[in-house]
Amino acid sequence: MAANLDPFQSAHNAGPGRRTILKTLGISAAGLAGIPLLAACTGGSGPAPGASSSSLTFGSGSSDDVPKAAYKAVTDAFTKKSGITVATNVVPHNDFQNKINSYLQGSPDDAFTWFAGYRMQYYAGKGLLAPVDDVWATIGSNFSDAMKKASTGPDGKMYLVPNYNYPWGFFYRKSFWAEKGYAVPKTFDELKTLAAKMKTDGIIPIGFADKDGWPAMGTFDYINMRLNGYQFHIDLTAHKESWDQKKVSDVFDTWKALLPFQDPNALGQTWQDAAKALEAKKTGMYLLGSFVTQQFTDPAVLADIDFFPFPEIAVEGTDAVEAPIDGLLLSKKGGDNKAAHDFLAFMGSAEGQNAYSAVDTSNIATVKGADTSKFTPLNKKCADTIANAKYISQFLDRDALPAMANNVMIPALQSFIKDGTVDVKNLEAQAKTLYAAQ
Amino acid sequence: MSTTAEKPAAPDSEPGAAGRTTAGKSQPGTDRRTGKAGRVRRLTRRDKIVLAVMVGVPTLIQLLLVWLPTLFSIALSFTRWNGLDLKDIKAAGTDNYRYVVQDYPPFWPAIQHNVLWLVFLALIATPLGLLLAVLLDQKIRGSKIYQSIFFTPVMLSLALIGIIWQLFYNRDSGLLNYLLGTAGTPQAVDWFGNSNVNIWAAMVAATWRHAGYVMILYLAGLKGVDPSLREAASIDGANAAQTFFRIVFPAMRPVNIVIVVITIIESLRAFDIVYVINRGTNGLELISALVIQNLVGEGQVIGVGSSLAVILLVISLIPIVFYLIRTFGKESKA
Repeated sequence: MAANLDPFQSAHNAGPGRRTILKTLGISAAGLAGIPLLAACTGGSGPAPGASSSSLTFGSGSSDDVPKAAYKAVTDAFTKKSGITVATNVVPHNDFQNKINSYLQGSPDDAFTWFAGYRMQYYAGKGLLAPVDDVWATIGSNFSDAMKKASTGPDGKMYLVPNYNYPWGFFYRKSFWAEKGYAVPKTFDELKTLAAKMKTDGIIPIGFADKDGWPAMGTFDYINMRLNGYQFHIDLTAHKESWDQKKVSDVFDTWKALLPFQDPNALGQTWQDAAKALEAKKTGMYLLGSFVTQQFTDPAVLADIDFFPFPEIAVEGTDAVEAPIDGLLLSKKGGDNKAAHDFLAFMGSAEGQNAYSAVDTSNIATVKGADTSKFTPLNKKCADTIANAKYISQFLDRDALPAMANNVMIPALQSFIKDGTVDVKNLEAQAKTLYAAQ
Repeated sequence: MSTTAEKPAAPDSEPGAAGRTTAGKSQPGTDRRTGKAGRVRRLTRRDKIVLAVMVGVPTLIQLLLVWLPTLFSIALSFTRWNGLDLKDIKAAGTDNYRYVVQDYPPFWPAIQHNVLWLVFLALIATPLGLLLAVLLDQKIRGSKIYQSIFFTPVMLSLALIGIIWQLFYNRDSGLLNYLLGTAGTPQAVDWFGNSNVNIWAAMVAATWRHAGYVMILYLAGLKGVDPSLREAASIDGANAAQTFFRIVFPAMRPVNIVIVVITIIESLRAFDIVYVINRGTNGLELISALVIQNLVGEGQVIGVGSSLAVILLVISLIPIVFYLIRTFGKESKA
């Protein structure tokens, strides 16, 4: 301040100079204080009327290269068809998921990528999403009843337009198995025998990665559904069943028999690392969603990949398949934008989904009449697996309360992987508190 | 921070050449203050309003950004809330605290890790920074270059440091395993994935940065020590170690206090690096990471997250209060 005063002092006498400075400072301080207010105004209400019917904003959490390019293909095709411009904001998917609460309450995009299951129902129930019954009136016939059910909110209105889903299963390299003489296991005991054989052959039988915390939920879900059935999975994740019971500890006891065969370095690697290990034939098989094939950029390797469903253990055979559905939702704000409704309708058409699946071939389009001519045998098998499944689950972190999945199950599963113990009583104690807070 | 710490401590230091120079320095300061006070009386009403605005706006910002959130956090820690609608807030008494202490498994490991972090920074990182400062304070060639090299990590964000160290620690392709000759073998240590070692690996990475910070502060402190003190010591026959530990180090007392506070605060703030590694799970639990996990993520549980934040606040207040008492206690004495 003193330095600023000097030039003025040389020009005028001291009194007015100081006052001028103070005045300017005061005004600029008031101005600065006002800026956030102004920004808040434009941020909150500005874009809505501006983005009437010729444009929409689209928030995408699909930040990996392949899905990102695929959604670009969809928006390009939509713009070409309708003349409506789509401004896409791609956010790294972990960030997108972690910030969803503040995103939806702040200034969300009109349309955004999200998931079916509790994760969608919850926000629909809180009134943060716009229903799209009008869209479903036109696209309804494109989807199966299971898809329609998965897209319905707790109030019976439609919220989600499914884009694709993908089955979870054991992926493996056909040529490698043929060379070693391994056969696809039908039961859990066969799986254990096969894994033991692989171990003596000097390879890690089951690829495994849980640095991010969520992939281990796939193993838990499958053992749970094979032991206790699909309905138990749904009731448990909705906390209608207690975690502190024999059925749950049985899941962990059964899993314990599999632990020695799973990659011991799981906690330090991501699923991408584990996919590379499968490609390099360091691991024999890998339980993951079919998105694992995104990592196999070499077409020869991709053609060599096959999968089998999680073997049966006690009930329901292999009827239940974990096949999470990804799709699009409208934010509350986007509900007022006609263009956003049009965009969702396009996503729910064979044309829109073909544009997507032409780029991202690791997922299965959900719409009836989608182009299957370019399906690889693996795609076809994935599609058949989903079509033939009696029950489709959404994955633990989509079927359960996010706090339960993220804050409780991730640390619990990671410590189980470490030392093979888990305190189901503690799981129930935590579940009680967390579900009560919702 | 360092200037406020230096001023009050000045009258405390030994009466000698050093005391005289600092006292001389503070003289114009007091002059200025009385001069200002004289001018304040002559301000017009308008000036007073303007000044009130200038004081009021920062106070308001402080209130808005610091005090209200703090009070809200404390209030929310006694409630259950899903973070969406204000109508959904329900009183919960001390349930959240009971949950954190009794039912939340990562809590106690997080406390232990924070304590370990503090001990590690205090016993290894800070002395290392002091050592670097003493070495670089000697008139060695290229001292400026070394200073820049050691200071560079301070300018990088901890998040970036996490990524850089990943190159060292990677199990298959990391430099460390390569040097140990274990890269690509089953014996390769997974420095960030193995929960027995990853906290140490993270602390080493944090040390790399913290030592540079401490070094710069001590370099400034060493420059401020009057050379005649050393001269007097050497005339009295003190050797290098005696001169440092008996004369120079105590003369840097104001800097030492700042360093102690910084070390404590850094150990409580430690967050970015574990978050980059694995979001503070699997052996890298820290209270700050748990706060974020429960407050910000999709797994938002406001009540639990707030009570964790309040616990962190209470722990942080201890060194801050200690620091303030020391600083202002001396100022009023002076």
